[in-house]
Amino acid sequence: MLRAIAGLARPSRGHIKLDGRPWFDADAGVSLPPEERSVGLVFQDYALFPHLSVRKNVAFGARSDPARVDELLERLQISQLARANPGTLSGGERQRVALARALARRPRVLLLDEPLSALDAHTRAEIKVQLRELLDELALPAIFISHDFRDAVALADRAAVIVGGTIRQVGPVESLARRPTDAFVAALTGNNVLRTIATPNGAGSTLTLEDGQQLRVPARASGPVGLVIAPGDVRVLAERPPDGSPTNALRGVVSGLTRLGSRVEARVGRVDVECRSEDPASTHLEPGGEAWVQLPEDAITVVPLEEAEAGR
Amino acid sequence: MHLSVPPATRRAGFTALLALAAGISLAFLALPVVALFTEAPLGQIPDLLSDPVLQEILAVTLRTNLIANALILLLGTPTAYLLATRRFPGRAILVTLVELPLVLPPAVAGIGLLAAFSAGGLLGPPLEEAGIVIPFTEWAVVLAITFVASPFYVRQAIAAFEAVDPRLPDAARTLGAGPARTFLRVSLPLAAGGLLAGWVLAFARGVGEFGATIMFAGNVLGVTQTLPLGIYEQLDSNFDLALAIGVLLVILSAAVLLIYKLISSWRSSISTSTFPFRPSRSLPR
Repeated sequence: MLRAIAGLARPSRGHIKLDGRPWFDADAGVSLPPEERSVGLVFQDYALFPHLSVRKNVAFGARSDPARVDELLERLQISQLARANPGTLSGGERQRVALARALARRPRVLLLDEPLSALDAHTRAEIKVQLRELLDELALPAIFISHDFRDAVALADRAAVIVGGTIRQVGPVESLARRPTDAFVAALTGNNVLRTIATPNGAGSTLTLEDGQQLRVPARASGPVGLVIAPGDVRVLAERPPDGSPTNALRGVVSGLTRLGSRVEARVGRVDVECRSEDPASTHLEPGGEAWVQLPEDAITVVPLEEAEAGR
Repeated sequence: MHLSVPPATRRAGFTALLALAAGISLAFLALPVVALFTEAPLGQIPDLLSDPVLQEILAVTLRTNLIANALILLLGTPTAYLLATRRFPGRAILVTLVELPLVLPPAVAGIGLLAAFSAGGLLGPPLEEAGIVIPFTEWAVVLAITFVASPFYVRQAIAAFEAVDPRLPDAARTLGAGPARTFLRVSLPLAAGGLLAGWVLAFARGVGEFGATIMFAGNVLGVTQTLPLGIYEQLDSNFDLALAIGVLLVILSAAVLLIYKLISSWRSSISTSTFPFRPSRSLPR
């Protein structure tokens, strides 16, 4: 997709516009060559010119404007690397050089292809923060591709989930996680997706899980549906609830218990749970033991279920 | 009767067999070169080289090869770039056509060039009208050299351009460089090592060219007589001069081979030092 925006690949249909200026229009036969589109593309493995120094790499985009090159080297804190050969740089340094090079042309849109995937785990978290700061500072529309929703949370305001070339859902990052419209998006954004059978019941519906336990939701649905809930919205109960109250309690065996600082993560039955260690109920989670969790009905989203997606 | 040979003896025997075969073939390959140096009147070589006949031969060789190599580089480089970077139907056929002179017998190349450029040939009438005569002139030597030597360069040049990471020209395009600037600033410098190696081979083939030249250009001193043709000419009249030219060409060939090997190892050292990721600098080592 980035290659299509940059003009390196030609889509078979559709159109690409920036500020009303058509860059590509399959119907009108318009397709500007890459050098006439004002884009800055940062390649996945940066694609720095191996035969040029860092400075000359950056200068490639800023034709005969040494001041601009100095400014970018300064801004991305790579001035001390100006004479270095790209081959001698670390992953993080390469990325900064690639960013400086892409920005040298004063592009009107910045494209980043998996900007974090070529970095090792140590530098990744740090670069993520730096990159976000830089993107905020640039005030430049930026589009980046990632396979990790956590990168989108860290870097993006809006996200589109693309599966097999089709946009499944697009919107503010937060809304993709809170209000997913299908099971794939729900699972991608880190939610629990449980396979249930819905039966209309009064104003709402009753959802029956595979193990026979039942929950109530306000939404009306019938047939196989996905129950979506964020792990943080699942409440751990201290004891078996008295019959009928509170509603939407599930019982399950505790597995995968992790206590990291003040965070407690576990899986109860088929539900991933996340809570804080201050929560007195969290002490009831014992690996291999049984526990009760509550799925508040207002935190549940019901999504259609497709066979292929029901697995998770 | 069963003859038992211990395995260690059998292995040693096999190695001895390999060594024998290698010894024979190496001796055979080295023999003519050694003979050339021992038979040639090495003491008189400076005198022989200043022989006016040889001076003329050298001048023709130099001029024709200079023009032929310029043609090969100027036309071969864009051809190779086109064939390396574009995919179109019939491309494989064109690549094969470019490579054909490699396997074509030089005599066939010579007769083919005659059939194309001689007065009664394919292009004969229009050339005659324009008043251009090619066969048996210095231009015929140039064309013969260009024909037989160009595939050595173009083949290697195609490989060199194909070896350039396609994302690098792509990156150049997104940075505002048009196709021509991308070629000059990115593809050409990155392929330079491969182009140079190919050119060295083409140069060596061109200097040694004999068969196509003698058929298409003849063997006229001062006009079409190059070093290899000179050896042939001097065989009967001045064997010492023929030997001296031989020594000259052996030295030239060895130098070319050495340069080619140096370029190849230099290229591989560049490609191993530039591309793999280094460990992050921020980590303590």
